Amino acid sequence: MNYTPHTEEDVTRALAAIGARSVDDLFSAIPVELLDPPIDLPSGMDEVSLLARMRQLAEANARSSTLMGGGLAKHFIPSVVQHLTMQSEFVTAYTPYQPEVSQGILQATFEYQTMMSELTELPVSNASMYDGASAVAEAALVAVRHTGRERVLVSAGVHPETREVLATYLGPLDIELTTVALDDRLSTPRLQVGNDVAAVLVQQPNFLGYLEDMEPLAEAAHAAGALFVSVVDPLSLGLLRPPGSYGADVAVGDGQTIGNPLYFGGPHFGFMVVTEQLLRQLPGRIVGQTVDVDGRRAFVLTLQAREQHIRRARAKSNICSNHQLTALMATVNLAALGPEGLCEAATGSVAAAHQLADDLAGEGYRVRREANFFNEFVIELDTVESDKDALDPVELYSASRAAASALAARGVQAGIPVPSEYGLNRPALLLCATELTSAEERRRLVRAMSEVVPVSAGTGGRR
Amino acid sequence: MKRHPVLEREPDFPLIFERSRPGRRAAVPPAAADIDLAAALGDNQLRQDPPRLPEVSELDLVRHYTQLAHRQFSIDSHVYPLGSCTMKYNPKVHEEAVRDFQDLHPYQAQETVQGALELLFELQHDLATLTGMDAMSLQPAAGAHGELTGILIIRAYHRSRGEDERRRVVLVPDSAHGTNPATAAMAGYRVVEVPTGRDGQVDLDAFRSALSPSVAAVMLTNPNTLGIFERNILEISRLSHAAGAQLYYDGANLNAIVGRARPGDMGFDVVHLNLHKTFTTPHGGGGPGTGPVGVKGHLRGHLPVPLIRRDGNGFAFDYDLPASIGRVRSFYGNFGNLVRAYAYIRSLGLEGLRAVSGMAVLNANYLQERMKQAGYRLPFDGRCMHEFVAQPPTGLRTLDLAKALLDEGVHPMTVYFPMVVKEAMMVEPTETESLETLDHYAELLGKVLESAREDPERLAQAPFSTPVRRLDEVTAARRPILRFDFKESS
Amino acid sequence: MDFPEDLKYNRSHEWAREDDGLVTIGISDYAQDQLGDVVFVELPAAGRKVAASEAVAVVESVKTASDIYSPADGEIVEVNTALESNPELLNEAPYGDGWMFKLRPSAPEALADMLDAAGYRAAIEEDS
Repeated sequence: MNYTPHTEEDVTRALAAIGARSVDDLFSAIPVELLDPPIDLPSGMDEVSLLARMRQLAEANARSSTLMGGGLAKHFIPSVVQHLTMQSEFVTAYTPYQPEVSQGILQATFEYQTMMSELTELPVSNASMYDGASAVAEAALVAVRHTGRERVLVSAGVHPETREVLATYLGPLDIELTTVALDDRLSTPRLQVGNDVAAVLVQQPNFLGYLEDMEPLAEAAHAAGALFVSVVDPLSLGLLRPPGSYGADVAVGDGQTIGNPLYFGGPHFGFMVVTEQLLRQLPGRIVGQTVDVDGRRAFVLTLQAREQHIRRARAKSNICSNHQLTALMATVNLAALGPEGLCEAATGSVAAAHQLADDLAGEGYRVRREANFFNEFVIELDTVESDKDALDPVELYSASRAAASALAARGVQAGIPVPSEYGLNRPALLLCATELTSAEERRRLVRAMSEVVPVSAGTGGRR
Repeated sequence: MKRHPVLEREPDFPLIFERSRPGRRAAVPPAAADIDLAAALGDNQLRQDPPRLPEVSELDLVRHYTQLAHRQFSIDSHVYPLGSCTMKYNPKVHEEAVRDFQDLHPYQAQETVQGALELLFELQHDLATLTGMDAMSLQPAAGAHGELTGILIIRAYHRSRGEDERRRVVLVPDSAHGTNPATAAMAGYRVVEVPTGRDGQVDLDAFRSALSPSVAAVMLTNPNTLGIFERNILEISRLSHAAGAQLYYDGANLNAIVGRARPGDMGFDVVHLNLHKTFTTPHGGGGPGTGPVGVKGHLRGHLPVPLIRRDGNGFAFDYDLPASIGRVRSFYGNFGNLVRAYAYIRSLGLEGLRAVSGMAVLNANYLQERMKQAGYRLPFDGRCMHEFVAQPPTGLRTLDLAKALLDEGVHPMTVYFPMVVKEAMMVEPTETESLETLDHYAELLGKVLESAREDPERLAQAPFSTPVRRLDEVTAARRPILRFDFKESS
Repeated sequence: MDFPEDLKYNRSHEWAREDDGLVTIGISDYAQDQLGDVVFVELPAAGRKVAASEAVAVVESVKTASDIYSPADGEIVEVNTALESNPELLNEAPYGDGWMFKLRPSAPEALADMLDAAGYRAAIEEDS
């Protein structure tokens, strides 16, 4: 099937108007040796067959649970959000280059910017970016441009994939990236910041779920003349101190938790909110308020001279889109939840995660809780192998993976293997809970866990 | 100053914050168990003042965003022939198909996501065979993101051969999208522009003299942004490779040739695709896009990790690319859009995709002819591919004509791009518009020209019938207001 | 269009005036007219050493951004901070309150290669 409306008569009429003999004739500018190469594709399908094939692929997956975190998690998204954001006008519009007929998207983006500014208590938000990881990389580049310095300090508590993206972006520009390891409490230690550092990047809560003491970290950055970049889970800001309150210059992160389904990792959106003084360094689209010739309030893409279509090689970034539709989902979701709803969702997540931690600790599992955690935490597993003196990191990680797979085999999607870089000396899983986690879900995990990794009295932490 | 009689000054359309009333609520999450937050999180971690999010009822919310949607043009409501944007119809069956995949977490155990991996594996194959490439990464989140990925791959390749130090330049035609030079700069390169010749193609002599041992890559769009196929592409490819440069394909205009010719066969080493263009994932008002990158075999080892590979009877993530540039995005890219693109390719098949490029080029040539008859100028007269660039008659401003089209209930074309054409009007009707729609559009183009001649002053004030009229963009940029001011409202 | 006789000009549309060993630089009336409403001016830091023909400032209108080049080698000694909050000064008084920065040239006769008003007028006519 295809979606072209042309009847044979149409084709004949159009060809006559153009003065061409055939449709193939229209491709005569292409050297003949390039035309019609062998392309290995199956024949097209009708809608029913297509949907059957798509369902077959969908059914070959197990549904996720609320117990998986690691940067994304399944939170409550009211039905009204999907309904409103899937309206044709939002889904099938282009970038709002003609503001007179794009006030829907422009105003919604202005509302988005206001909400992100409220959540972070920083004044200037862009219209959204690709994802949290690339937004963090762009934030580091903001700091490099602003300070003229060429070194970036990142806490190992920042999501490992985010740090990989950061390295990809900074490497070609010869900007040095230094990683600060977590301490025994699985949080970022006090920092020594050199005067050559452009930015200090810390994630709150960190990748392993633990809360960082952000204020002294920000002070250390500022004392050295560096910017402080706070990587945050926006849902947590329903409860936690906003980055602006502890002196962050940039708040950045992935917006999935405030209104996007998981979709196996995307699309979601990245956000970036900065202080006034960084306004001109901000990459990406920005919507501003103005008036039309009749004096009516209206919204428009603004400060565009920063961007690639004008600055070309000297643009602040090559980014030329935002993740509008997923940012719109967040806007409508935050409006649906309101301040109370957001706070309740965050509280529910914290409560469920602490209950889960208590459940597991009660069964004798070793829950890491030297530092406070939000809605994710690490449990270390006592397996037969861990009795050995020194398991190498690769073996530890495979043992962690094996545990997660064993849980999955029992129908429980839970637990992300903790990467070996964190230097834990037992296999370990990162667990999560949200306001959607039911008591039954917690019980199923504890039951499956007891089958997969029995608590061993010798080395286990049975209290 | 003349005023349109139907216009009364309406009150400002409210912001959601202005509809807010303390204590009003829409959605309520499941009740939380009792917890002492100060004990669980620490006193000093708690937020003092709640964010001032809107407090509205569900019906308020529905009306607000429904009415906002009505203040918005879209493909589903209006013809939208933006050049270089490929505003084709977005099939609804894709939205149906994708819903079944929303509940997958990227860190689920591999054996529980075999369907997703199979889809990605097949899509890697489909996009590779459609572009004539040997391997694909589906990770980049947008076209520009794919460009950055592709140029970083080229840089890694030169580094692996010990040539990074001396290859510092990327050649870009002056008609290129702004992302090309911006991307090259982000990857640490210096940009040199190659002029467009009188025939709208890369000036081959200028190109020859711009090539040197310091050139790392040549970035081209083919057909180019003027809608013209670069006939010398095989020679450009030969010259580039002889100089040791890699040839980069900006896939923005693939819709013109999909199913009929492949960048890989033209000699391109790297391509990025815009799935939101050729493969019709919805633009969403500005994103999310998706920008997969394909490479020839010699560059495979530099692709971002992970790829998807076959593993016995199943599928697995492949992290085994020691020379990889690393990740460019978290997880596996904009998976939801990858599902939509897969559904599109599989429903059309090769024959359907050939019809896409065939009818896209037919429509563009037809509208070009109609526009010429209506009195517009064609700076590069002759057959076009999927899009073309026109100009208004001398003395008329493209901006005014574009605004007048809004009053006629259609979306204008891309204006003032490419920059190499003064008063450029860049038109891409796409294959999904009918001849009647194009006839109607051409009539309106004629009509606005006529009114421009009759009453140029009035035209300079258009539009009159849109939700708002021309905006004061100067004040917006001089004194930026980028968020709602709560103090002002109370 | 006004091109004061006491100023020197560059083809890239900067003007310069030398006073007591300091050179004041701005953009010409023609340049401000071509740019349209200026919305932002990015100025160099005082103390920065610059070379002749080096891009040292940027003038932005809604849809363009133009580099401003130093006419000579030297050091930036002062910038017109009023432009930060009132970029429209560049349109309103390009030769007066809209001046951009002051430079201490590192060599005498720094502006010898620049055009006089008549030469600049001729250069513009040639370009258009």
